[in-house]
Amino acid sequence: MEDAVSLKRTPLYSEHLKLGAKMVPFAGWEMPVQYSNVIDEHIATRKNVGLFDISHMGEYLFTGPKALDFLQKMVTNDISKLEDKQACYNCLCYENGTVVDDLFVYKLKENEYFIVVNGGTIEKDFNWFMKHKINGVNLKNISDDIAKIDIQGPKAQEVVQKLTDFDLNKIERFFSEKIKFKGIDEEVMISRTGYTGEDGFETFFHPKYASFFWNKLLEAGKEFGIKPCGLGARDTLRVEACYSLYGHELNESITPIEAGLSFVVKFNKDFIGKKVLQEQKEEGTERKLICFEMTERAVPREHYPIFCNGYEAGFVSSGTFSPLFKKGIGMGFVKPELSGRGNKISIEIRGKDYKGVIVNRPFYNYKGGK
Amino acid sequence: MDFTGKIPEELKYTKEHEWIKVNGNEGTVGITDYAQHALTDVVFVELPETGKKVQQLKAFCTVESVKSVSDVFAPASGEVISANKDISEKPELVNQSPYENGWIAKIKIANKSELNNLMDAAQYKTYLEGLGH
Repeated sequence: MEDAVSLKRTPLYSEHLKLGAKMVPFAGWEMPVQYSNVIDEHIATRKNVGLFDISHMGEYLFTGPKALDFLQKMVTNDISKLEDKQACYNCLCYENGTVVDDLFVYKLKENEYFIVVNGGTIEKDFNWFMKHKINGVNLKNISDDIAKIDIQGPKAQEVVQKLTDFDLNKIERFFSEKIKFKGIDEEVMISRTGYTGEDGFETFFHPKYASFFWNKLLEAGKEFGIKPCGLGARDTLRVEACYSLYGHELNESITPIEAGLSFVVKFNKDFIGKKVLQEQKEEGTERKLICFEMTERAVPREHYPIFCNGYEAGFVSSGTFSPLFKKGIGMGFVKPELSGRGNKISIEIRGKDYKGVIVNRPFYNYKGGK
Repeated sequence: MDFTGKIPEELKYTKEHEWIKVNGNEGTVGITDYAQHALTDVVFVELPETGKKVQQLKAFCTVESVKSVSDVFAPASGEVISANKDISEKPELVNQSPYENGWIAKIKIANKSELNNLMDAAQYKTYLEGLGH
């Protein structure tokens, strides 16, 4: 049990209490896990729009003439390909290829990069970056100066558009803008990104506007059936979309190649962990991430063993009941020779075997068109 | 409705939020309105097998919501004589009708004097009020 006294609170803490949220410890933060119930919040995001307080996540600003060289050396994706205002997903690796964290890198403009990291790893990541810092780059942890709200779902754009004169159609997927919102003096950074498999936005702004902006969004979204969504729905949504969660599909003993993230590991440049990852890419790994669904009613959960042909084949990294497909789904690591699509598996739950099958990744395809 | 939910007069209750309805030597068992509300969305019930021997206040089956796995404790020792197959297919019945269609199992009660260890409706209400701050 984490000590409640030491937990951090986001600037929206009191709004969550007003909405009757159930608060839980998560990665050192006291966060809403649900307001009404996970299924309703999940379905609201899939069908209409959901509102998420993601202020626990961390943000850094890297500036200077060597900022690009530094990032290229540190992260796995090719940052040199980014246009101004464009973002890409990355892993930050140790020399042995395992993962310090997964993060988003935004190129704001030449020599200026904005990094978004997990809430539980803000200090760890920053220390890792500082340890490798070179001359010509300035690293700043600005997490305390930034609140973050995500608006996700097919109606997200209509909701956000009500609060700004900026034409949101101009923001393409994985691009960002700094724009004005009614009633907010400072610019808000907004990107067409997310963690749900839906079209939508992530917004970054000064914490003093958090309550105002949150309530404006709830009000603007009322006609579209907006629901505030907790970490419970955030998790079931990302599992359906098969997005990795640090601590589950990625951690200090798993590499991005094992986790099926080769598409964000670029070998046309030098970076920390490259040697091991290149070997794995060429020679294969001892385990591979799979997606599976249950063919009988049961809910797979983290750490449950996966069996194949009577042999223990691996373990579940994330599992849940899917509110959309109404069955148990999950991700897990198994030996590569057992990872074929269509392979029948079973999950051991409280000493009993429940049947499942390996399926295509993802369960739910990204629905945003832009 | 206040947070204690419905607490029918004729039932007996455990501190773990199960109820038992006694009829002769048989008891029907389920989880309380308070418990189903705390769990919110019940998505799976692992029913006990018929014939299973259960002990009072020991876990004998499992209820899962999207985010949680909870043991269900037997309000009385005895033997499972049937389980509610309807909630295998429709676990949401536990939310919708915790005291009627959402019952979990019927138990042949081994020792009726054990029922004195349970709370009546008024005691359970007081107990819940003590939990809610």
